[in-house]
Amino acid sequence: MLDLIWLVPFLPLCGVIINGLLGIRFPKRLTGTIGSLTVFGSFLVSCGAFYELIQLPAAERIREVILCQWIPSGDLVVNLGFLVDPLSMVMLLTVSGVSFLIHVYSIGYMHEDEGFRRYFVYLNLFVFFMLILVAANSFLLMFVGWEGVGLCSYLLIGFWYQRQAPADAGKKAFVVNRVGDYGFLLGMMLIFVTFGSLDFLKVFPLAHQYLPYGGITATMITLLLFVGACGKSAQFPLYVWLPDAMEGPTPVSALIHAATMVTAGVYMVARCNAFYVLAPLSLGVVAIIGVGTALYAATMGLTQFDIKRVLAYSTISQLGYMFLACGAGVFAAGIFHLMTHAFFKALLFLGAGSVMHALSGELDIRKMGGLRKQLPWTHSTFLIATLAIAGIAPLAGFFSKDAILWGAFQKDSWLWLVAAITALLTALYMFRAVFMAFYGKPRLDEHVAKHVHESPPVMILPLVVLAILSVVGGWIGIPPSLGGGEWFQEFLAPVFKSAAPVAVHHQAGGLSLVGLAQAAESLGHSEELSLEWALMGVSLGVAIVGISLAYYLYLKNPEAPGKIANSFKTLYWIIFNKYYMDEIYNAIFVQPIRRGSEWLWHSVDENVIDGTANGAGRLCTGLSAILKRLQTGYVQNYAIWMLVGTVLLMAYYFFR
Amino acid sequence: MEYPILSYLIFLPLIGVFALFFLDHTKEKLLKGVALLITLIEFVLSLPLFFMFQVENGGMQFTEYLSWVPRLGIAYRVGLDGLSLWLVLLTTFLSCIAVLACWEDIKQHVKEFLVCILLMETGMVGVFVALDVFLFYVFWEVMLIPMYFIIGVWGNPARRIYAAIKFVLFTMVGSLLMLVAILYIYFYHANVTGEYTFDLLKWYNLTIPHSVQTWLFLAFGLAFAIKVPMFPFHTWLPDAHTEAPTVGSVLLAAVLLKMGTYGFLRYNLPLFPEAFVSFVPLISLLAVIGIIYGALVAMVQADVKRLVAFSSVSHLGFVMLGLFTLNLQGIQGGIIQMINHGLSTGALFLIVGMIYERRHTRMIVEFGGLSKVMPIYATLFMIVTLSSIGLPGLNGFVGEFLILLGAFRSQFTNVIFVVFAATGVILAAVYMLWMFQRVMFGEVTNPNNKNLPDLSKREIMVLVPVVIFIIWIGVYPKPFLKPMEATVNSMIKRVEQRVNVKTVQEGKVSFKALKVVESQGEQGA
Repeated sequence: MLDLIWLVPFLPLCGVIINGLLGIRFPKRLTGTIGSLTVFGSFLVSCGAFYELIQLPAAERIREVILCQWIPSGDLVVNLGFLVDPLSMVMLLTVSGVSFLIHVYSIGYMHEDEGFRRYFVYLNLFVFFMLILVAANSFLLMFVGWEGVGLCSYLLIGFWYQRQAPADAGKKAFVVNRVGDYGFLLGMMLIFVTFGSLDFLKVFPLAHQYLPYGGITATMITLLLFVGACGKSAQFPLYVWLPDAMEGPTPVSALIHAATMVTAGVYMVARCNAFYVLAPLSLGVVAIIGVGTALYAATMGLTQFDIKRVLAYSTISQLGYMFLACGAGVFAAGIFHLMTHAFFKALLFLGAGSVMHALSGELDIRKMGGLRKQLPWTHSTFLIATLAIAGIAPLAGFFSKDAILWGAFQKDSWLWLVAAITALLTALYMFRAVFMAFYGKPRLDEHVAKHVHESPPVMILPLVVLAILSVVGGWIGIPPSLGGGEWFQEFLAPVFKSAAPVAVHHQAGGLSLVGLAQAAESLGHSEELSLEWALMGVSLGVAIVGISLAYYLYLKNPEAPGKIANSFKTLYWIIFNKYYMDEIYNAIFVQPIRRGSEWLWHSVDENVIDGTANGAGRLCTGLSAILKRLQTGYVQNYAIWMLVGTVLLMAYYFFR
Repeated sequence: MEYPILSYLIFLPLIGVFALFFLDHTKEKLLKGVALLITLIEFVLSLPLFFMFQVENGGMQFTEYLSWVPRLGIAYRVGLDGLSLWLVLLTTFLSCIAVLACWEDIKQHVKEFLVCILLMETGMVGVFVALDVFLFYVFWEVMLIPMYFIIGVWGNPARRIYAAIKFVLFTMVGSLLMLVAILYIYFYHANVTGEYTFDLLKWYNLTIPHSVQTWLFLAFGLAFAIKVPMFPFHTWLPDAHTEAPTVGSVLLAAVLLKMGTYGFLRYNLPLFPEAFVSFVPLISLLAVIGIIYGALVAMVQADVKRLVAFSSVSHLGFVMLGLFTLNLQGIQGGIIQMINHGLSTGALFLIVGMIYERRHTRMIVEFGGLSKVMPIYATLFMIVTLSSIGLPGLNGFVGEFLILLGAFRSQFTNVIFVVFAATGVILAAVYMLWMFQRVMFGEVTNPNNKNLPDLSKREIMVLVPVVIFIIWIGVYPKPFLKPMEATVNSMIKRVEQRVNVKTVQEGKVSFKALKVVESQGEQGA
């Protein structure tokens, strides 16, 4: 099965080809089935490969499958191939599994849309590129997947292209991602110039030899790659495209803008862990951007009324956690959270989609309420996902988030503090959405209220599967302090092993604002254990406080939030308007570039450059206009000029 | 290879011209059919070039020699190497497409139009395979005449004369200076060796003093820079492109511009290596300015065709940047980008032409929502747009990546050029996608667009072959890169032998030295 790994991305591509080129007359059911089955095939192959991989001893769980030579140009030789190791295995399973569920859900969700076939072609194409991205054996092939998923994101955000907003949002996503890709591209070149190769297996083992710890090259490479990660994974300051991306169909938001594509940046940073551990400055930047974005996005999530936008900001915030993990050097925890987040965030989005389906497209949580009884399945699964994201034990989110918080604490206690506050906000804004949508009095519009109905089984089934995963998904990574084996982290360890010794070796020199972290290091084992328990208790407590606060504010005293907002009017207004980031970008980038280009066109191109050319032409015609007067056609005039000439010539010879 | 394949390619279109003279000028379909047949045979004839090309051979292949004016050292010398191989194939391929594309577009003076196209084909192939400088100059100038008529007679009535004259004058200014330089080298060669000859391969052995090289480089360079066109000599291009009929724009963009970049590699690089190296900073700067300037100005155009024209300035900036890196990746990227530009920009002009045939306007504001009305058109347009943007998996990316990589590691250019040039990648996405959105997305607001027919079978046949190559080069570029490798290596070698600069290998050493410095610093700390 391991050698057949190329089938994993290839099968969805078959779906694209069958549905795209031949499927014009296919009935919708067939199109949807082909689309879903090809992805299911990828999942099965991944499972087979996974089974084979765990049969091998831990040290040998790296297999490169090369298909052919791809771009040969002198010493640049890029092979087309796939790398199977624990990290890509986790990603392959998560991506193909979640994608399959969302494909199935989409059959129900999109069944009335006239672009049904186009939708499934794009979705399969996305899965193809995403699987290329996570299974690639070189930076260049990864970049192909990287831009490819960006393209599919563009196409799917703008799926309803006839409306202005989706088309704008798609373009914005593509362009902002391109800014990130610019960094990726330059980073990739620096890697090639330094190592003479772009293959993962050639580059990473050499990292220690070629890149001195803390050197300029290592820092530049990692920072440039992180620019790319910021674009794709919607981190500050390149996050602006993700909230707008909610214009796409909701299953797309679930798949691309929550579960898979946006996590590509985290995957890439984790993949390059061998570089990052050599660049403490970059690790610091990653951690701070991560935790900063986590908090920043959480505040915006608090004020939004559009349920999908709440989820979008929540995604940005959770991605911030994953970067925090990477920045703190606990890459496995980041990937762990990536996986559990894929389960519960996909579930949240699909749940929101189910609500929209029931309410004829209504997104505003102010116009919901009391849906618990009419939508029992949606409600219960949504609640499970919310508990998971809030970090309530023993759901999936608790373990992965806790692993990150513990890692952050060991790196620096400030990072932990900010992350813990974010956890409180997460619980608060998520339960705000739950309480406003599913509990309390119904505030539905009348025409909407008549048609409220639970979704069909084809949509409910994926919800249930994801809900189960949101509960049990974290159990594979229970820390030793709770009696678990941290099986997940151990499985991933070979990938991050090369990074580990260096990280530990230089830990003492890492940046640390308060001595608490060092204090923790000096503690004995039992004391460390109790500290870990204490922190766990804090994060659990924080989540419960957040939920209670939400209960108090949005269920018991629905007037209270308005009052609070009124007493902090300016602050509220700034946050409600998303810190005016779009307006600021518009003012400092979009408008100046546009006006500058107009100026270039009219003033420089038309006036100066074209003006010079035309001016030269006019000069010639002008001069000829003067000269042509000599050619009068009268013989007398010519005779006079001859006379003048003769006289002048004679005078010249006479007087010289 | 015994039969003179290159001569067949040069003269077959002329036979076609001759055949057309005997046909009734009212039978349009017959005329077009004959022209299509000729170009198709020509394309099929050119395919053996690829299959019989010796990949490992960096020199000239398929060479032919025929004495012409022996007293002056003028001869009919033609040959093909890894550089001209692709340009010839591109020419023969796009000529078929061009004839098929003018099927509905050209209604008046059909015969004369087809004669022009076939004459162009002779000229284009001739320019790329001539190894005698005199012969090259003849072909170079011959090209002008049919193109002048194509723009001036079948162009957009409002401004076609202005555009045609501008095109000719600009090109003439450059080529006259080139003629002077050609004659200078001719006599210089006679002085040094005692032999009067226009044989380019013999000229390659000359060692011209650096100071003289500078002037000769400028004289040749101006002719080529105008043709490319490089900023700030590009101003003829938007007018010529906009006013020319669709097929004229396609050939102009796809093939004629390549004559400039080809010239830099065929003449300036081997003849004036020292000057070439010393001009790297200036040309690279102009190339980077061209990339950004072309992209920015393209962004604010209201006319789709003008937008595509300015995007050409940007793309050709990439090509020039690649050629002046003087390393394998950069030059290979530059050559493959020439082909890419020929395919994608050619396709873009075809696409614009198709919509122009339906609506007789190219203004962006007149459109909107066409995706709904013309889904097949939308799909093909999207693929070509993405190719122009340089999306990985399509052809544009391979070229841009190799160029940027070459420039990044080049001993002659500065990394700062790459940092700025790569912003062209972002800007390309901005102007192309914005245009695409305004033309294709949204509701159909203009009632004239409500019932536009989607592409006909013929139009699909015009675009699909181009799109196949766009995808092929993007997915599997190896067959395209391999044949040019030996040629490019021999070019670089020639420069390295002549110019005493650090080789690429030494460059790597110096980079390692940087690392040593770093690690020492680390130990010190």
